[in-house]
Amino acid sequence: MTAAPSTTKIRVLIAKPGLDGHDRGAKVVARALRDGGCEVIYTGIRQTPEMIAEAALQEDVDVVGLSILSGAHLELFPRVVDELKKRGLDDVLLFCGGIIPEEDTGPLEALGFQAIFRPGTNTQDIVKFVYEHAKK
Amino acid sequence: MDDLVERFLSGDRRALARIITRVENEAPAGRDYLRHLFPHSGKTHTIGITGGAGSGKSTLTSALAAEYRRRGKTIGIVAVDPSSPFTHGAILGDRIRMQEHALDPGVYVRSMASRGALGGLAPTIDDVVAVLDAFGFDYVLIETVGAGQDEVEIAGTALTTVLVNNPGTGDDIQALKAGIIEIADILVVNKADHPGADILVSQLQALLSLAPAGQRRPPILKTTATRGEGLDRLADAIEEHREHLEKSGELARSRAVDARHQVLTIARQILLERIRQSTSEADLQALVLRVAARELDPHSAAEELTAALPH
Repeated sequence: MTAAPSTTKIRVLIAKPGLDGHDRGAKVVARALRDGGCEVIYTGIRQTPEMIAEAALQEDVDVVGLSILSGAHLELFPRVVDELKKRGLDDVLLFCGGIIPEEDTGPLEALGFQAIFRPGTNTQDIVKFVYEHAKK
Repeated sequence: MDDLVERFLSGDRRALARIITRVENEAPAGRDYLRHLFPHSGKTHTIGITGGAGSGKSTLTSALAAEYRRRGKTIGIVAVDPSSPFTHGAILGDRIRMQEHALDPGVYVRSMASRGALGGLAPTIDDVVAVLDAFGFDYVLIETVGAGQDEVEIAGTALTTVLVNNPGTGDDIQALKAGIIEIADILVVNKADHPGADILVSQLQALLSLAPAGQRRPPILKTTATRGEGLDRLADAIEEHREHLEKSGELARSRAVDARHQVLTIARQILLERIRQSTSEADLQALVLRVAARELDPHSAAEELTAALPH
């Protein structure tokens, strides 16, 4: 028997760590990735780093996108990355977006974030980034 | 074969998640995993939660899981949301309502996209449920996409089907119609704190009283899932249904019916794939254009297509 073609999909977790409740950006990105053909798991606002990592594990996502507007990214993102690593999820593609000052680019790249999307980003660039970098 | 099966059988949730992905992607590797794990399945009680969009399925599923956790049971949840018919992408948002279990090692939640399947579930749902079953959860809860009147596939996947209704969503003729209401083993009136809940309960009771004598009448329960109310009775009713299935011999019959359906569905896919491989895309396109031009009827065209299959 010849196998039916595999129907692999890119699975993306869009998560909002921290306490800000501004989820419009996260929803716009989730929608753009949906329209780009991805399966997007959206977990809502106010997620702890543990919750995000646990969702990434259970959902076996290829990509994790973090959205934050509170300014706490340098406190929270390293903890998310730690929690992911603790669970052996060191091969997921990481990107982030929100209000993130230029001078924080270096530290975030060092943490493993391969892209930072700031206000004004064309959503198609995000879709393109995910398709170019997600391992399948 | 890698070490995933071994890790899975020792209770590694990462291995569980990875195997589900491979099974869901219908990769040949997924089938190999399934072959190894299937003999370990068949111990879990599977519960389907279905009902209209916004009826509170996710909240009820989460609240039911909380009730089972109080009873010391472990839970696997698979929640299906629709895929786009155009881009095949999906937003899977059922986890939002299940946050209370986010860090509970006794609960595993997996979101699935419907990937073009009709009937409220996903093409590989039975395989994914078998994997969760084999992992050893006491209960597997299956939440369908928002169902309308005709999404009845869940009855073939779950042993107990819970249909979630809401007050204020139509008169009793809606409930009299054929379709989804016929597959309910338990009827839940969720959002019971809203006006009209008691009226809906009595309408459903009146409707069920029209059923032929001797037919099992599903219990009707009121829940307010957001407050966790009525979940103890729902869990009890599921237990009663499970005992009924076992004692009446219906469990064995139901498993056989479901297995038949699964095998035939897969066989149909294999045949379709063989047809696609025995005919070139150009020949297929020429054939369908003749149908589109009304030169040939679709039945004759399909026979022409299948006649090309090696016997």
